[in-house]
Amino acid sequence: MVLQTRRGFLKLGAILGPTFAALQPSVLFGQLQDAARTLGHGVSAYGARSRFETVVRLLRDSRHSEASSSQTPLQDLHGTITPSALHFERHHAGVPNIDPSTHRLLIHGLVERPLEFSLDDLKRLPTVSRIYSLECSGNSRTLWGEAGATTAQSTHGMTSCSEWVGIPLSLLLQEVGVRPEATWLVAEGADASRLNRSLPLTKALDNTLVAFGQNGEALRPAQGYPLRLFVPGWEGNISVKWLRRIELVDQPYMTREETSKYTDLLPDGNARQFTFVMEAKSVITHPSGGQQLSSLGSHQIEGIAWSGRGRVDRVEVSTNGGEDWHRAELQTPILPLAHTRFRFNWTWDGRETVLQSRCIDETGYTQPTRDALIAARGLQSGYHNNAIQSWKVAADGTVENVYV
Amino acid sequence: MSSRHDWTVLTTLLLTVLLVYVVAPQQAASQTFNVGQPVTPAAVKDWGVNISPSGDGLPAGGATAIEGRRIYQQRCARCHGINGTEGPDSVLVGGQGSLASEVASKTVGSYWPLATTLWDYINRAMPFDQPGVLAADEVYGSVAYVLYLNGIIDESERMDAMTVPKLQMPNRNGFVPDPRPDVD
Ligand code: HEC
Repeated sequence: MVLQTRRGFLKLGAILGPTFAALQPSVLFGQLQDAARTLGHGVSAYGARSRFETVVRLLRDSRHSEASSSQTPLQDLHGTITPSALHFERHHAGVPNIDPSTHRLLIHGLVERPLEFSLDDLKRLPTVSRIYSLECSGNSRTLWGEAGATTAQSTHGMTSCSEWVGIPLSLLLQEVGVRPEATWLVAEGADASRLNRSLPLTKALDNTLVAFGQNGEALRPAQGYPLRLFVPGWEGNISVKWLRRIELVDQPYMTREETSKYTDLLPDGNARQFTFVMEAKSVITHPSGGQQLSSLGSHQIEGIAWSGRGRVDRVEVSTNGGEDWHRAELQTPILPLAHTRFRFNWTWDGRETVLQSRCIDETGYTQPTRDALIAARGLQSGYHNNAIQSWKVAADGTVENVYV
Repeated sequence: MSSRHDWTVLTTLLLTVLLVYVVAPQQAASQTFNVGQPVTPAAVKDWGVNISPSGDGLPAGGATAIEGRRIYQQRCARCHGINGTEGPDSVLVGGQGSLASEVASKTVGSYWPLATTLWDYINRAMPFDQPGVLAADEVYGSVAYVLYLNGIIDESERMDAMTVPKLQMPNRNGFVPDPRPDVD
């Protein structure tokens, strides 16, 4: 009989008695396991993960799963790249099923020459690849409300990070010849809501991509297959998926997604509009909500940090609810507008405490406390919650979301 | 003969210089890669419209709320309620005056700054499970009926390409620019 789990050894230990049990683990792990005495399976055309790996996205409860979201299991990921299959989702009218051979991108409006591009056309142009994170502006939305016993996935799982491959939008705009009156563009998707949003021309010319690749393969359907806009550092909704049309115009068009939605209501009844940038943010993913520390002593505090304004300059960690802050170690390379992993060695003395992290980006901006955000914006602004996250570690080692 | 030949060479040279240094950069500024198919203005129309705040893109036609009531009841009420207030999907009606309270209700009537947005959105995205089934007059009719339910227009006011952009929505001045960073 081969025992693989820790609990299994404990059971065996209980049967055989304490002294013998102490010797058991190395003896059993040292023996060849069944897998090494049986031929494995052969090569396969498209790889799947081990059946022992069961981490999945968390689906939001919604009347329509087509107008809903799913969240990335941040606490179970390694490094900074999100596997495409675990990238968060937010759709307004479902994931369309698009045949790339019939898909076209039209660029028109205030241009010299309206042009229609096939995927093959686009792939003839010089491509770039960039590692960027993408965050929904509704990420951490529930944290304006009551603190619940939630996980990092449910509080922060609407941010993901990928390598995106595509064409700089500036290059396509050069091909069509933008007329001087054009100051904005309206991007439109090919989904069942033909979701449209206005983007300032300056950002379009700066670092916006028209992407067809993600993490080495074609975009996943849920991420815009076969073509999406990618607007680095800005709220996810403006990176229009299933991109079919770009119209050059002379003003923002005030679409539903930039008036009714994705605007931030303030206590005085006014709402902020075109709140594009996702400001600096971080979250500890271990130890985090729903996890349990198994023993006293040394633990690795780990998490991710990012900023829509550029590079993460540093991350500070507090192990006593914000009284003292320590500089965390950052995993290099530190890329602008992308997830950066941080680590901090912590010795737990077994007492209840609160763990926090805060990100300071290259502009000098420091991730704010929840109280400071509420003081500035009230409780109904909904989007852009980048508050410092607090995880309470109880004396029994359980971890939960709290406000301090 | 030889002078004539020289002249030809000179002209060719001049022409080349003109082409390479004067015309070519212009061409570069226009199209570098020559990929993509030109599209005629007529063909662009088939791709659908974005409606601007001043009404660019709004088609001919129009309807009143009286005409729109039937469309709304047949095509919208099952998800948004007969009165637009009862759901189960997005509440479309009511909430005026609530935005500065602790229980703000954001609806077409209380929150949306422009009626052009309503036309654009219904035209592209509604009914949720059958987008694109509405003819232009039916979109005008649903716009009129939702605005009528919100008390913004009378039953008999006609919504068309002239009137929709001119409508004064209650929250038209309710949006402010992004001042962030606002907290540090
Ligand atoms: C099958 C259900 C369904 C039907 C039928 C339907 N809607 Fe909707 N409607 C929705 C859903 C769901 C949303 C929210 C979509 C999203 O999450 O982006 C919505 C959103 C809207 C909104 C935007 C609300 C806001 O505050 O942003 C308007 C306006 C609207 N519908 C109007 C209509 C009209 C007019 C009709 C009839 C022509 C209609 N709907 C038919 C389900 C429906």
